[in-house]
Amino acid sequence: MTQHIQHLYEVLSKVDGYVYPNEIELNWSILIVLYPYITGLVAGAFILASLERIFKLHVLRPTYGIALLTALSFMLVATMPLVSHLGKPLRAYEIMVTPHLSSAMAIFGFVYLWYLMVVLLLEIWFDYRRDMIIWAGETTGLKRFLYRALSLWSTDISPKAVALDNKLGYIVTIIGVPSAFLLHGYVGFIFGSIKANPWWSTVLMPVIFLFSAIVSGISLVMLVYIVITRIRKLKIDMPCLDTIASYLFYILLIDFVLEGLDQIHRIYIAEESFDVLHNLVFGRLFFTLFIMQGLIGTVIPLLTLGTLQFYKPKIQIRKAIYTIISPLILIGIFFMRWNVVIGGQLFSKSFYGYTSFKIGLIGTEGYLMAAFWLIVPFIILSFLLWLFPPWKKKEDDHEIQVG
Amino acid sequence: MNLNKPNFSRRDFFKAGSIIVGGITVATALTPFDGLLFATEPPKGKGKWYGIGIDINKCIGCGNCAKACKLENNVPKDPFYFRSWVEQYTIKNDGSVLVESPNGGIDGFKQSVPDEEIFKSFFVPKMCNHCAKSPCVQVCPVGATFETPEGIVLVDENYCIGCRYCVQACPYGCRFINPEKGTAEKCTLCIHRLDKGQQPACFEMCPTEARIFGDLNDPGSKINYFLKNHTCMVIKPNLNTGSKLFYNALSPEVR
Repeated sequence: MTQHIQHLYEVLSKVDGYVYPNEIELNWSILIVLYPYITGLVAGAFILASLERIFKLHVLRPTYGIALLTALSFMLVATMPLVSHLGKPLRAYEIMVTPHLSSAMAIFGFVYLWYLMVVLLLEIWFDYRRDMIIWAGETTGLKRFLYRALSLWSTDISPKAVALDNKLGYIVTIIGVPSAFLLHGYVGFIFGSIKANPWWSTVLMPVIFLFSAIVSGISLVMLVYIVITRIRKLKIDMPCLDTIASYLFYILLIDFVLEGLDQIHRIYIAEESFDVLHNLVFGRLFFTLFIMQGLIGTVIPLLTLGTLQFYKPKIQIRKAIYTIISPLILIGIFFMRWNVVIGGQLFSKSFYGYTSFKIGLIGTEGYLMAAFWLIVPFIILSFLLWLFPPWKKKEDDHEIQVG
Repeated sequence: MNLNKPNFSRRDFFKAGSIIVGGITVATALTPFDGLLFATEPPKGKGKWYGIGIDINKCIGCGNCAKACKLENNVPKDPFYFRSWVEQYTIKNDGSVLVESPNGGIDGFKQSVPDEEIFKSFFVPKMCNHCAKSPCVQVCPVGATFETPEGIVLVDENYCIGCRYCVQACPYGCRFINPEKGTAEKCTLCIHRLDKGQQPACFEMCPTEARIFGDLNDPGSKINYFLKNHTCMVIKPNLNTGSKLFYNALSPEVR
C-alpha cells in the first residue's frame, strides 16, 4: 500500500487543482498527434496534385508526380501510429470486420481504404501504367519484374489505351478531391464530435482540420520539390514554386481566419468551460499555441508569403524564403495537432484542474517512436521516387485527354 | 462490329461495377444514419430498467463504497484507477471551490480548510451514470461497449481494442484503461451480484443508505420513491447523456 501512496504523490505532482482520478494519466499521446498530422499531409499533397489535374494548372506540373507519391508514402504509414497505440493492437482488424456504425472512429478504416485503394493507388496506376510498360522494356532483372508486376502485366500502350488511362485517371482525380476532403474533414470530426470535451467540441473542427491539412500538405510538397531539385542539381521551376506559394498563402489565410473565428466565438460566448480553457491557453499551452503554432507556424509565414504577393524579390531570395517558410509551416501544423490532441487532455472535465503531459525518449509512446513514424514515410518516398521517377515520364501525358 | 465488342463488354463492366460500388456507398451512407439515431433514441427496456439515486445529504464521506468497489471488482490498486470514488467539495466564504479526493476517498477525508473559512462542505460519491444515451457507447468503434436491456452500460473486455475513444467521450471521467489488460474498464453496477439477487458492492457497504438503486420501470421501486420525494438532478444535464444517476441536494458547483 505504501508504494501506491508514494505513486500517488508522484502522480499528484503533475496535477494542479482537481482532476477526476481516472484523468491523471493522459490517454492519447504523441502517436495520436501524429495521426491527424500524417493524414493531413496526405490530403494536402493530394489536393495540390489535383489542382494540376482538374483545374489544368499546368504551371504546377513539376510537382504533380511528387505530390502524388508523397501522398502515397504518408498514406501507407497513416494507420501505424494508431494501431501501435491501441491497448490491443492485434484486435485492430475488428474495426473493419465489425464496425460500430454510430462511432465516428469506426468509419475511418473504410474512408482510409477507399482513399488508398480507390483514389491514390488507382490514380497513380493510371498515371504510370504506360511508363511502367516502357520502363520494363528498358530495364532488367528485379526492376523489370517490378514494373511488369505493378503494371499487372499489361502491354497495351497504343494511343487509345493511353487516352483511356488518362480519362480514367481524370475521373479518379475528380472522385479524389471530395475523398481527400472527406478523409481529413472526417479526422476533424473524430475530435469535434466529442461533446464531453469543450476544447474539441466545435462544429468548425472538421473545416479547420481540412484547411490546416491542405496547408501542411502543400508545404511538404514544396519542401520535397526543393530538396529533390537540389539533389538532382537542376534548376528550380520558379513559376511553379511562386504559384504554390500563393496558394499556400491564401489557404493559410483561410485557416488562420477559421481558427481565429473559433477562438473569438469561444471568448465571446464564454461558456461554463471558458475559465478553465482560458487558463489552459495562457498556461500549459502558451508555448505550443502562441509561439509554435501562432507565431512560427502562422504569423511569420503569413506575413512573408503575403509580402511576396505584391513584392517579388530576386529568385535566390525567394528560393531561400520558400526553403525556410515551408518547414516553419510544417512545424506550426504539427503543433496545431499537438494543441488539439494534447491540449484537450490537459484540463479536467470537472473544469477544476489541470494535469500535465510528460513524454519519454524511448518506449512505444516516446519521442524516438514518433520520430520513427515521421521518418519512415520519407524512406518510402525515396523508394517510390527511385521506382517511379516523375521526371522520367513522357511529358505529353495529360495533353492527350485535354486534346 | 467484332472490333467494337470488347468495348461494349468493358462498358458493361464499368456499368455493373459502378452499380455495385454506388450501391455499397449508398448502403454505407444510410446505415450509420440508423446508428446515429440509435445513439440518441435508445430502446427502452420493457423489463427492468435500472436507475441510481445518491442522497448527498446522507453521505458522510467514509469511502466504504470506493473501497468495496476496488475489492469486489479487483480494480487496480493504483490511486488513479476508480470505478467508484468520493469527492469532497468545500465552498469557502469567498466563493472559491476546493475539490479533493485523496485516493478516491478510500482512506477517508481530512478537511484542509480552517472551519472559519468554510461556507459549506459536502461529499459527492461518483460512479458511472449508466447513461441512456451514452456517449461512450456511441463512440466505441467496434461495439465492445454496449447497453444491456436493463440499462447497464458494460464493456466486453474480450472485444475491446483499447483505442481509448470511450475514455475521451465520457464526460464524467468514469472510465480508464486497465493497465494490465489494455482494455477499457468501468462500473458494471456489479452485474455479477445483481444476477445473484444481491446489491452492488458499493450500495451494500454504504452505512447511511445514501445510495439507492432500483427499477425505474417499477412504480413501487425504491428509486422511484426516492425520485418522487426529493428534488433530484443529474450532473452536466446540458450534455443530454440521459444520465440515470440522480443526486438529491446536488449543488451547482458539482461537475
